[in-house]
Amino acid sequence: MRVLIIGAGQVGESIAADLDDSHDVVIVESDPSRCEELTYRLDVLTVSGDGTAISTLEEAGIHEADMVIATTDDDETNIVACSTAKATCQAFTIARIKNTEFLNTWQRSGTAFGIDFMVCTNLLTAESIVRLIGLPAARDVDPFADGRVQMAEFEVGEDSPIADQTVSEADRFDSLTFAALLRDDDVVIPRGETPIDVGDRVVVIGSPESVREFAADVAPHEHVGTNEEVVVVGGSEIGYHTARLLEERGFDPRLVERDPDRARSLAEELPGTVVMESDATDVGFLEREHVGEADVLVAALDSDEKNLLSCLLAKRLGVERTVAVVDQTAYVDLFETVGIDIGVSPRAVVAEEITRFTREGRAENVAIIESDRAEVIEIEIDADSALANRSIQESIADLPEGLVIGAITRGDSLVVPRGETVVEPGDRVVVFADADVADEVTPRL
Amino acid sequence: MNVRVDYRASLSLVGTVVRYLSVPLFAPLVVSLYYGETVAPFVVAVLLAVVVGGGLERLDPDPDLGAREGFLMVALTWLAVACVGAVPYLIEAYGVPGVAPAARPGSSLARPANALFESMSGFTTTGATVVGDISFDGHTRGVLLWRQLTQWLGGMGIVVLAVAILPELSVGGAQLMDAEAPGPGIEKLTPRIAETARVLWGAYVGFTALEITLLYGMHVVGPAVGLPGLAPNMTLYNAVAHGLTTMPTGGFSPEARSIEAFSAAVQWVIIPFMVAAGTNFALFWHALTGDPRRLWRDGEFRFYLGVMAALTAVLATLLVSGSGFVDAAPAGGTYDAEYLRTWSERVGGSLEPAVRHALFQVVSIVTTTGYASTDFNAWSQASQYALLFAMFVGGSAGSTGGAVKMVRWLVIVKAIRRELFTTGHPQAVRPVRLNGRAVDERAVRGIFAFTLLYVVLFFVGAFLLLLDGARVGGEQSVYEVMSAAASTLGNVGPGFGVVGPMGSYRSFSAAGKLLMVVLMWLGRLEILPVLVCLTPEYWRR
Repeated sequence: MRVLIIGAGQVGESIAADLDDSHDVVIVESDPSRCEELTYRLDVLTVSGDGTAISTLEEAGIHEADMVIATTDDDETNIVACSTAKATCQAFTIARIKNTEFLNTWQRSGTAFGIDFMVCTNLLTAESIVRLIGLPAARDVDPFADGRVQMAEFEVGEDSPIADQTVSEADRFDSLTFAALLRDDDVVIPRGETPIDVGDRVVVIGSPESVREFAADVAPHEHVGTNEEVVVVGGSEIGYHTARLLEERGFDPRLVERDPDRARSLAEELPGTVVMESDATDVGFLEREHVGEADVLVAALDSDEKNLLSCLLAKRLGVERTVAVVDQTAYVDLFETVGIDIGVSPRAVVAEEITRFTREGRAENVAIIESDRAEVIEIEIDADSALANRSIQESIADLPEGLVIGAITRGDSLVVPRGETVVEPGDRVVVFADADVADEVTPRL
Repeated sequence: MNVRVDYRASLSLVGTVVRYLSVPLFAPLVVSLYYGETVAPFVVAVLLAVVVGGGLERLDPDPDLGAREGFLMVALTWLAVACVGAVPYLIEAYGVPGVAPAARPGSSLARPANALFESMSGFTTTGATVVGDISFDGHTRGVLLWRQLTQWLGGMGIVVLAVAILPELSVGGAQLMDAEAPGPGIEKLTPRIAETARVLWGAYVGFTALEITLLYGMHVVGPAVGLPGLAPNMTLYNAVAHGLTTMPTGGFSPEARSIEAFSAAVQWVIIPFMVAAGTNFALFWHALTGDPRRLWRDGEFRFYLGVMAALTAVLATLLVSGSGFVDAAPAGGTYDAEYLRTWSERVGGSLEPAVRHALFQVVSIVTTTGYASTDFNAWSQASQYALLFAMFVGGSAGSTGGAVKMVRWLVIVKAIRRELFTTGHPQAVRPVRLNGRAVDERAVRGIFAFTLLYVVLFFVGAFLLLLDGARVGGEQSVYEVMSAAASTLGNVGPGFGVVGPMGSYRSFSAAGKLLMVVLMWLGRLEILPVLVCLTPEYWRR
């Protein structure tokens, strides 16, 4: 597939890096020196010029493109670039957007501006942060099948009751499947007798209720619900959307922003949030406002260093869980190593979202686990699928190791996959796949 | 001094408004003709309006209003209109030498200060009166109707009416209406300001017509359905007269005993119209053109109803328990021992009259109408004090009511709550919200400044009235003078004691009356448009 990426900022580069081994990638970038740099670093073709100009796009081979991804830093440029592309060819257009107003417009018709898919970085990041807050102890949560199925990743702590149990002992829920155990660098596909060790990360797939009940099992001392006290530090767009979504879900968050004008406009936009104007790293302020007693602190400041610092400060003051927005995806591991509970990378979130559309075949929804160690994919089964009209036992035997059927939705109902369950064409299946086999298996399903 | 305000343009537009004032003057003229009275008062006033108005217009044939000229124009318009409005009262008392005899020689409006007071009280919809003998013996039917009509013209605003009618005011119109309309800022309902002004006047005319129809309808239908006591004295003249002063929250009545003269049914009918008059007219427009629930969702409207309900509950409890009346009637008051006895017997211990009178008085004072269904001078100190408190509350923004206005109190209450919160959390940023939307901090400061200025003006006004009283040896008590200052500044009408609902402001000196004319003028235009014209900075640069 030929993919045209307009704008080679950080997001554009990371998408290109994701795609360059399996697709033909052409990058359009206005800065010539940046073009030159990328030509050497990635296996891509670069064209220097204005991504909204038809001449530049033709030079980049817009007519052969199957997909156009506009990811410059400017919303309007991305929109115009996509519209221009749509006017000249039939490629699938994806625009990265910051302003949610454009997203609202696009959602009205779905084809507005000539954009086939709109990715709102800040909103997506905030949504994934809010999902994490709603599920204590979870490190990653992703919805599938319109929210009827959830994938969640939990870390098993020392004081967790399921530590040292076997999988069959821990699995007391009907509509929950243990998809995998992530142990050190391995992905372990669990059997009934597999023991769960302290430090393992458990990936489960199932109905949202059962995932929530399981969360309470993993970490019974953390209370679930809207009476959790959440402090959002930094009134960036991500911080704003996080507070807004928390408000919608019935939380009463607090938000700390340093700039007086920004704080004022945030306070106007967020009636259910207590907005405070202060430097988030001012220890006196944090103590005065008893931030240490909060259950969750989300750091969404404008730099990774500040996010790290404020999360560490919060941990020191006694905050139970800290979530940091990490701009440089490579630092996520580092953050989690030094004690931040969860690092969320907006770029990883966007890349995950965009990857959905670069899959060949029918993959519709993808979650990427632990920076590409495994994937969870939602697939609609047709008659040609390796799963169709057979029991799961039979089909799994044919498919390579590292594949787990997590959940099946048939119409509006959830079917719990067991060995003897027969998958029918039209079902939607949520599959966990080890990264090693994912690319091989996905087309066969 | 180098004057940088184009006062000629302002005066010219004042002239236009004054000239147009001759049109409504024909209404009482026709009434006087019908009843066979002398038409001289109105003919003179019409001629004067045309001559003076035309003369002022010649100062600047093509007036171009800027922001500053707008304030001057609005402030002067109200003064000029009040002066012209006083002419019929004077001519009625003096006649035109050699042409027409005086219709009511020696009436209480025979002095210029009295006539001006009555006229300003009319246009500003105050309803304070200096007329001693409110009856057709004391004044002609035409003049009494003119008194009612001045209130109706002033209610929705003379300038708003001018903007609705005069095309030359369409550009600066929003600013003019802003200077005149009650409450902080106006809400443009339609893209064209003249259209907005017409919408507001349309609603106003509609309500007035509805009330007149209802009141007169009760009078006509009552005997036919076997209820002769429904509204026996609500004749067509009375129906029109009260219709004209309810919607503007005016309070003048051609009956000496105000609404006490009418049946309980009439009193009940008038209450909802007073409530409507104190409501933001823009809300009616929204309710009619779109979502009726918007009326109830409006924070100010709910606050307005809540305040009136709370005050009514307090007063009704006092009245029904019997502790709402004074123990003994004072000598020389507006009521006697017999009146006190019959009223306290009728109201104490029985629910309907107690609730009705409490509600009527509260609604009348809060909306700054100034009608009375009973002489509340006979009420106990605590009950009267509740009404004094109500004088400062006022109607809603964008209504015809006066005083401080609900929306300002609502913002102040919320700002104080915010202050309490931020004392505990100094870093918290918390906008004051009205109907879910954040109020601009400058607007909050403006509201605080206005309210403080209002209270200061009230105290200064009361003090000056007391000084004047001491000068001429007046007999008013401090309490009566304070109620007079609060009542005129808030455009309410009645105060307590001698200036009570059945009393009059006659006992003040001419200087005192002129001071109250200024208070009414300031109160109607919400102080700032008048005060700003008195600062040197306004005239320079």
